[in-house]
Amino acid sequence: MDYGYYPGCSMSHSARPYDVSTQAVAAAFDMHLHEIDDWNCCGATEYISLNKPAAYALVGRNLALAAQQDGNHQVVAPCSACYLNLRKANHYMEEYPKLAEMTNTALAAGGLHYDPGTLRIRHLLDVIYTDVGIEAIEARVSKPLTGLKIAPYYGCLIVRPNLGEEFDDSEQPTKLDELLTALGAEVVDFPLKAACCGGHMTQISADTAFSMMRRLLLSASDNGADMIVTICPMCQLNLDAYQGQVNRHFRADFNLPVLFFTQMIGLAIGLPPGSLGIGQEIVSAEAALAKIGTEPEKKPARKPRGRKRDKSIPMPRMESEVTHG
Amino acid sequence: MVHTGVSNGFRLEVMEATPGGEALRTCLQCGTCGGSCPSSADMDHTPREIFAMIDAGMRDEVLRSNTPWYCVACYYCMTRCPKEIPITDLMYTLKRMSVRARLFDDSDAPDFSESFIGYVENYGRSFEFGLATRYHLTHKPLKAVGSGGLALQMIGKSRLSLRPTRIRQMDQLKAILAKAKTLEGV
Repeated sequence: MDYGYYPGCSMSHSARPYDVSTQAVAAAFDMHLHEIDDWNCCGATEYISLNKPAAYALVGRNLALAAQQDGNHQVVAPCSACYLNLRKANHYMEEYPKLAEMTNTALAAGGLHYDPGTLRIRHLLDVIYTDVGIEAIEARVSKPLTGLKIAPYYGCLIVRPNLGEEFDDSEQPTKLDELLTALGAEVVDFPLKAACCGGHMTQISADTAFSMMRRLLLSASDNGADMIVTICPMCQLNLDAYQGQVNRHFRADFNLPVLFFTQMIGLAIGLPPGSLGIGQEIVSAEAALAKIGTEPEKKPARKPRGRKRDKSIPMPRMESEVTHG
Repeated sequence: MVHTGVSNGFRLEVMEATPGGEALRTCLQCGTCGGSCPSSADMDHTPREIFAMIDAGMRDEVLRSNTPWYCVACYYCMTRCPKEIPITDLMYTLKRMSVRARLFDDSDAPDFSESFIGYVENYGRSFEFGLATRYHLTHKPLKAVGSGGLALQMIGKSRLSLRPTRIRQMDQLKAILAKAKTLEGV
């Protein structure tokens, strides 16, 4: 299985665990992800707030490069915001010829052109669910996630807006539930599974973001979840990195680790936690993962610093400082 | 919608700047948008009200409103709208028009977008650390201290790079974006 691969900026920064676990899972299931050479940022939700032609041209460059490079004409994005931006530009350019003309006029300044509709943009969850398939994954499970209660969190942009060829239901999606169940986990009822994490609001109006996150964390914990599993870097960052601030803001004591679905697949097929970026989460998943007998690899204890070359006057040492051998 | 019937340049402008924006004419004023919105409580007008105001030609009031800036782009309203009005895209259009008209008082949200885009226009990639420091130190210096702790945690977990990545063909991207900026009004 060959795909063009658009990682997006967050995969090499805040979502590094998503990147390493995606690569590990792709290798295990013979998915060949060919990174689009010299791809640029998708503009997130910011460029379109300021300049429409530039926003479409920014995404258009990625589409044009991918169409040149990708033999299969399928591009996979693991980040939901990137997925939306690539998919939306592809779709809108096809539907609104004026927009396509405008975008191609800009692209021509860089010697590029994109024929809308050439590519099919897909989310990583879709590719794993549909192309790899639940049965193939289930057949590989060697360390089932039995006893682990998971709230499956989709967020917004993998299921909305409707642009045709929808991968899952826009209000109550189930594909991630099915996948986690196949891994042996117990999927808890999570009515807010497709609700918003607050997106960039943590930076602009934190109160707005915190109340949205509180609702999600409350719903997951009220339903007995040991952890939240998501498919989007933004959702993971918000719920994981800002959980402490949400706790302080509401005097709450949520302690819900938030992992990526690729990390869970990796654990269930027996890959070592260290190869999946487990341990890089801010809210530790250690206690939750202990339920399935997974222990994070301990870093080797740092050797005490030797004083062999210390030429200063000999001084008495504390017992703990004495090195053996 | 029960239209005012007044010839309305503002509404036309909004519709033309939005892919599929003509659907705005068919708004029923049902309020499904506001009812579906997770941040409508923070908005000074719900999306439904904003659409009525656009219909009434209340240009300045609309462009001064915080409504589009509180839109979290979750697309619930757009998916549920019985008339398939591209509401989220209309909110983006209102943001762009508001920035150009310099009518929105609170500069936090537009400046966050500007800071974000600044890195993209110079490196081709976004840069979380630079964005957080630049934006926070100018806008929320007091809170920057609190965010500093989180930044350190993220660095400790190898999830925050201190240097941006630059794409190879930056000249090509710059030429494309420069051309794009000469095109079409909003």
